[in-house]
Amino acid sequence: MKKVIVGNHAVSWGVSLARAEVIAAYPITPQTQIVEELAEMCDDGRLAAKFIKVESEHSAMAACIGASATGVRAFTATSSQGLLLMHELLHWAGLGRLPIVMADINRAVAPGWNIWTDQNDTLAQRDTGWVQLYCENNQEVLDTTIQAFALAEKLSLPVMIVLDAFFLSHTSEPVDIPSPAEVDAFLPRRDAALKLDTRDPHAFGALTTPAVYMEMRKRQQEAFDQVPETLRLIDADWDRRFGRSWGAVESYRTSDADTVLVTSGTITSTARYVINERRERGEKVGLVKIKMFRPFPTEPLRRALAGIPKVAVLDRNISPGHGGIFAEELRSALYDLPSARRPRVDGYVLGLGGRDVTPEVIGECLDATRGNDSSANAREDLWVGVKP
Amino acid sequence: MRELRIHGRGGQGAVIASKLLATALFLEGKSVQSFPAFGVERRGAPVTAFLRTSDGPILLRCEITKPDGLIVLDPTLIAAVDVAAGLKDGGSILVNAEGGPETFPKLAERFRVGTVDASAVAREYGLGSKNQPIVNTAILGAFAAFSGIVSIDSVCRAIESEVPFKTADNVTAARAAAGLLRTSEAPALAGAAAREVTRG
Repeated sequence: MKKVIVGNHAVSWGVSLARAEVIAAYPITPQTQIVEELAEMCDDGRLAAKFIKVESEHSAMAACIGASATGVRAFTATSSQGLLLMHELLHWAGLGRLPIVMADINRAVAPGWNIWTDQNDTLAQRDTGWVQLYCENNQEVLDTTIQAFALAEKLSLPVMIVLDAFFLSHTSEPVDIPSPAEVDAFLPRRDAALKLDTRDPHAFGALTTPAVYMEMRKRQQEAFDQVPETLRLIDADWDRRFGRSWGAVESYRTSDADTVLVTSGTITSTARYVINERRERGEKVGLVKIKMFRPFPTEPLRRALAGIPKVAVLDRNISPGHGGIFAEELRSALYDLPSARRPRVDGYVLGLGGRDVTPEVIGECLDATRGNDSSANAREDLWVGVKP
Repeated sequence: MRELRIHGRGGQGAVIASKLLATALFLEGKSVQSFPAFGVERRGAPVTAFLRTSDGPILLRCEITKPDGLIVLDPTLIAAVDVAAGLKDGGSILVNAEGGPETFPKLAERFRVGTVDASAVAREYGLGSKNQPIVNTAILGAFAAFSGIVSIDSVCRAIESEVPFKTADNVTAARAAAGLLRTSEAPALAGAAAREVTRG
């Protein structure tokens, strides 16, 4: 069934088809529509889940942690300040190895108060032990929401689906919604190996001494090491069933390219438009989309970018005192390529706090990098479109 | 690709209008994308919503600043805000108004103007209240007749699938309004009314 829906409702449909059993959430713009729709689905019986109303995002994540520890499928959604308030419990879910799925609508962090998109809220959570998947359109949102539960439960890791505020959350477009039976065949009920059970009482999170804590951390890292291959298999299975796959990293028109944009989120879509226009003019340009930010897809990015002379990373985020975060991580991933095959990586900081990223803005970045000398290294990230 | 902007006041249904029109065009096999102005909305305050439609895939995910056409749900907005800001030469404007296109001479100089008394139609079919009629379905019926980019049947099918309350009245209002459209000649400046689109 194809329906014209907003990105927020694509998440709600995905969660409903995945048959989440516990949903706990606190409203915040621009996320609220996700849980409003889920609350209606629980109310009218379309979704047999327990909807837990809570007094804060901290409590929402606490409820999800408790629910997930009993072996059920748990979901929450938030944005910006709400995600920041969850920070302590994100670590708890991560190290607790609880396969919770959360949607975060990327929204800039206050002050000043801003409800528009940028990635600083989620990127500030990069070390909390959550897989992070950034989406480009509403179909990808729905598909990724369902895939996220499969990935989370396979590896006992929490997964965060990330959507740009408004450009996805409030934008309506056609989405192919699979049938419940098709999704049931793809995603069976959760079968937790370990769970809290009142008939066989155990506890999680007891005192963990220096003698064992580090091994627990190492296992978490090993689970993250398995994410790329596990996601590849899940995505391939999805493709067989539904005819769509998304990948952790996607190369778009990069063969023979001398300059490649690296993007995430909805900027990717507008950037494809720019690449198509430039290709028509004979320019050798392409695009690499990073969907998966944690774990960072080092190997796929090396394969995608080795031998390309120049790369321009578009960062809708800033690590103050350093620079754009995707650019910074990409440089690190490419560092040990042989120097003859290692691209020059230019970073551009743009679109913060929801500032519009138009084809013209993207074109400026592309032109600036095309004009640079590929044998020299970039000095510092450039801020694009900032008033003097 | 065509880009449209819808002006209304909070509560008149501008955002729903953009979604209904997107659904109607989708039912005709077009690619569509619709979204509200990204901001904080209040009842009675000016509201805008947007729509892109194309035969091919829509890749742009940025704001619409140079629309090909406008739909104005409240004629008082024409004095209150610069509704024609960024409208392309040869663009078209459909206004919910009692008077005909000649009552908007400044707009008619530069653009093709259509009017329909959607408020009266909405009141007639009991949509919204007497003082605050909900005019979105009526004006979309007139838009089908005005623009030629979508059929009245598709608009009605979209209303049937998306409007859960007073569905039949909304459909009838749309059909009635389509018959009440009044249009101006396209100004000479505009050249061909159906302007080719520059961004795909």
